[in-house]
Amino acid sequence: MQPVREGLFRACDDGTARLLGGRCGECQRVHFPRGETCPYCSAEDCSDAELGPRGTLWLYTSVLRAPPGYRGDVPFGFGIVELEQGARVISRLTEADPARLRRGQSMRLVVDRLHNDEDGNPVSTYAFAPEGE
Amino acid sequence: MTRVEIAGVGMHPFGRFDDRSVVDLGVAAVRAALADAGIGAGDFQAAFCGSVYSGVAAGHKVLTVLGMTGMPILNVEAGCASGAAAIDLGVSAIREGRYDRVLVFGMEKMPRGIIRSSFFEPWREEAGLAVTPAYFALRAQKLMLESGVTREMLAQVSVKNHDNGVDNPNAMFRKPFTVEQVLESKMVCDPLTLFMLCSPNEGAAAVVLERGTGSRVPVVASAIRSHLPGSVLGEHTPLSGLIDDDNPPPTTLAARAAFEQAGIGPQDLDVCEVQDTDAARELNTCEELGLCAVGGAGEFFAAGHSQMTGRIPINPSGGLLSKGEPLGASGIGGVIDVYRQLRGFAGKRQVEGARIGLAHTVGRGANASVIILGPL
Ligand SMILES: [Zn+2]
Repeated sequence: MQPVREGLFRACDDGTARLLGGRCGECQRVHFPRGETCPYCSAEDCSDAELGPRGTLWLYTSVLRAPPGYRGDVPFGFGIVELEQGARVISRLTEADPARLRRGQSMRLVVDRLHNDEDGNPVSTYAFAPEGE
Repeated sequence: MTRVEIAGVGMHPFGRFDDRSVVDLGVAAVRAALADAGIGAGDFQAAFCGSVYSGVAAGHKVLTVLGMTGMPILNVEAGCASGAAAIDLGVSAIREGRYDRVLVFGMEKMPRGIIRSSFFEPWREEAGLAVTPAYFALRAQKLMLESGVTREMLAQVSVKNHDNGVDNPNAMFRKPFTVEQVLESKMVCDPLTLFMLCSPNEGAAAVVLERGTGSRVPVVASAIRSHLPGSVLGEHTPLSGLIDDDNPPPTTLAARAAFEQAGIGPQDLDVCEVQDTDAARELNTCEELGLCAVGGAGEFFAAGHSQMTGRIPINPSGGLLSKGEPLGASGIGGVIDVYRQLRGFAGKRQVEGARIGLAHTVGRGANASVIILGPL
């Protein structure tokens, strides 16, 4: 599948995904998406850091109507997941029903289909799925 | 320090006005403020105009209609804080001795329907991440998990503000709701329902600021702050942030600076107009301004402190939930609402004996502003 944007994430053979972030050589903190400058301490000393696939759910809601520029299905889940590497990430969730989610739940990063482009090819993004589903 | 006073105020009501251009709205508010101040062409030395969606040189177009040009005219965009940022520039310029009197105004005609904001890159829109009410919903859920806030309280905030808005002639929605009606209105993003969210709309507001002599309501503090890096849940909506809950949000940064300028603390306030883009935002703001402890928003609200009869009435104007939010004008509108309270001109919404009041905005950027008026 074509990613919604190059350089955001990588699909793995085991069905999980990794976010393509950066780690600062000065303050050691991680960020996503990858930037040249550390967004926390302004150092110009960042290297590649793959983030995920495990995290825990911090906050979540459900998007019921298509937001501007979005061509995929609704509803879809939307939330913030705490990565094992120590940062919180805003992400699509594969589970759209808030009643089936809870804070602290184990999540794993996957690739999720968004919609098909003009030529009928699927376009994908990263998303967090509840562990064990 | 130079005392900056409010010499006059004017508003065009907030609502939808299909027969009027954004320039028409701005002209109406400026005319009203100049008349209130008793001044005309040549009587102010600079103008600052807040707007987001009004296009190139919007402030110039308003003052061209009025034949009042030649002085510096600065157009200011700072998201929801645009109007407040224009005031901040005007206050600073007078304090610095550059001008004796300035005109500050703001106006907006917000696009209809779901607003497509240039704030988000196209790929974020395509990925379904440009969904503003979902960010509001996450902040609401955080309050429910960490601050003792319930769904009913979110509805009660909306009920309170709509009750207050009934008597505000400049508000768009002047109808009371019950808690049940708010909870049963259309779900937007759980836990937020339609009646818990403010509507983008149209309107204008203007104030005349001058170097004062002690006879009029003073602006005793004005502070604008942007976000610190690290928070993932701020109005700047990055994709990632640190796990650091001690990171102070821009409202807290602006409030600290404003209280220091004014030489007072939150306990000294008699009335507040705060950003209630959604019901949860008002509760968040209570914590961020220091009106209650972090984690204490639910208890603070349940005790009735923010009601008209409470210790510190919040949004007696009806807030943005009743007024609607025309970005460039709303920050100035909040300052005018506080000003009217301090003058005793707020009618049925008057907070008896109000001497010191605070106007707050926060929004995209993330920008927050805190402006404190009074005492006389
Ligand atoms: Zn760093």
